[in-house]
Amino acid sequence: MIPRLVFENLKHRPIRTALSAVAIGLQVTMVLTLVGVSRGMLDESARRQKGTNADIVIRAGGSAILGFGVEFTAKLEPAFRQYPGVADTTGILVQSLGMLDGITGIDYDSFNRMSGGFKFIEGGPFTNPDEILVDDIYARSKGVKAGDYVKNILGADRKIAGVVESGKLSRMFMQRARLQELTGKSEKYTAVYVKVADPSKTEEIAKGMSDKFPNNSIFSMEELASLMSVNNIPMLRTFIRVVIGLGVFIGFLVVFLSMYTAVLERTREIGILKALGASPSYILSILLTETVLLSLIGSVLGVIFTFGTRWIMHVFVPEMVQITTPDWWPIAGGIAVVGSLVGAVYPGLKAAKQDAIEALAYD
Amino acid sequence: MIEIRNLRKIYKQGDVDVFALRGVDLDVAEGEFLSIVGPSGSGKSTLFNILGGLTPPTDGTVQIGGRDIMQLTDAQRTDLRKQAVGFVFQKYNLLPTLTVNDNIEIARHIAGTHDKPRESWFADALKLLGLESKLGRKPRQLSGGEQQRVAIARAIVNRPSILLADEPTGNLDTENSDLVLGLLRDLNEKIGQTILMITHNPEAAAYGHRIVRMRDGRVVA
Ligand SMILES: Nc1ncnc2c1ncn2[C@@H]1O[C@H](COP(=O)(O)OP(=O)(O)OP(=O)(O)O)[C@@H](O)[C@H]1O
Ligand SMILES: [Mg+2]
Repeated sequence: MIPRLVFENLKHRPIRTALSAVAIGLQVTMVLTLVGVSRGMLDESARRQKGTNADIVIRAGGSAILGFGVEFTAKLEPAFRQYPGVADTTGILVQSLGMLDGITGIDYDSFNRMSGGFKFIEGGPFTNPDEILVDDIYARSKGVKAGDYVKNILGADRKIAGVVESGKLSRMFMQRARLQELTGKSEKYTAVYVKVADPSKTEEIAKGMSDKFPNNSIFSMEELASLMSVNNIPMLRTFIRVVIGLGVFIGFLVVFLSMYTAVLERTREIGILKALGASPSYILSILLTETVLLSLIGSVLGVIFTFGTRWIMHVFVPEMVQITTPDWWPIAGGIAVVGSLVGAVYPGLKAAKQDAIEALAYD
Repeated sequence: MIEIRNLRKIYKQGDVDVFALRGVDLDVAEGEFLSIVGPSGSGKSTLFNILGGLTPPTDGTVQIGGRDIMQLTDAQRTDLRKQAVGFVFQKYNLLPTLTVNDNIEIARHIAGTHDKPRESWFADALKLLGLESKLGRKPRQLSGGEQQRVAIARAIVNRPSILLADEPTGNLDTENSDLVLGLLRDLNEKIGQTILMITHNPEAAAYGHRIVRMRDGRVVA
């Protein structure tokens, strides 16, 4: 009976119901999109790391998982290469160009040897040190092609020598020596990628190198990829928590307002129910059922909206990868329900405590 | 059935005490149809609200079927409303979003009798009230008289000991008034429903077996 009454009440005020559900849905979408983009970007980073075909990654000691920007001396590379079981190495330097962009300096020959070589969609390799390579996603999102100039990269407009298939470490490449020179970081690397002779010995070799080179952070590729998760990026984790908190608060506000006006509007009906013998908990359960239903409708809308944001990302911001995260649907829904229930407490108690006689006299 | 002794009710309005009932004595027998008349403000509705457990009395004793209302806790007063009394008000007081049938069902749900099938006498009562063909409608699709009949059906569905009707014909035209009053009398005669009815209309009052007059918070005749 209560579900029927709740359903009829929601149907009775379709605009109120729709707007509340949409507001809750936007809050759910906000959480899901953030999680989806975070995971998508991390997955994409992991995929591109793996695209180097390296078995072991060596970075400066104390580097954050996604932290490029700490360099170490390039003089160590020969020592890495001579370590027993190592087949090949290639050192890179990464220079940040802003929020998401970065340019990676590579040694063209050794990088290609390890990664299996760039696949050129347009153009070809560097013909002089001031040219750059970009991947197809960069080319598509910026609308550029081989032969075009990209404005203001490290103080100059640089010609795109070739567009390569994405998936190999970076979206933009330059010759390492030139990048070292331009950034004043000659003899510096951000990472050295290592190929081992026998892949089954990777963990063993990584462990041994860690002991031998204690000033560097040394991971097997598998380990590095597994570390690229939201839980290992403190900033991202905090950011997601803030957004969740915001989500709970929005759910609270929306439902508080919506239920508060509903209770005022239904003063008389609440009086009728009380005259029929409804206890305060009966009245409360009606409003809480309505709240839960509203937030569940909102959650479903939120999940649907998330496919919309994913499409928008895909079309308009292709360098941002958003994945669908069904494991977070119940979490985001739960967040919506909790926020909503907290918002329904005050209006609900107000309704439950309402004096029946006064309520019946109310017009 | 109902035994009221020296019943007093004082409403506190800020610093002012409003003496709504100043010592009411009244006995109602089982199966009786009683009309209560009296000027505005004489305490008629207050008496009903106490009988129905909507508000506690200040002093005096009220026994309904041997149970003393004075002694009841809030929860027990809620139970009293569920089982022992049915209310019909001047304004129809139906839930606007529910159908006629659901308006009746929710009273059963609140009383906890929702799972059991309706008793067969109720089908006769619905027939008597002329509601059989209107069960699927929403209140706004009904006339005032029809809505009041639904309110009566809802008030009696749980077979209360007493039906309290506070100006049930106050919003109705003569034709509908006669219909509703005739129905109350039929319910009283055919299923033995005890009825207390407040009215300002002498013709309506004449439907009762007995007329009680109130003035200034007391029963005067
Ligand atoms: N909730 C309340 N708070 C304060 N005073 C009240 C309250 N309800 C009723 N009163 C007062 O108690 C007195 C009796 O009111 P009551 O409603 O019982 O009269 P009544 O006989 O039903 O009148 P009417 O015929 O106009 O319905 C009146 O003076 C009224 O103002
Ligand atoms: Mg009155």
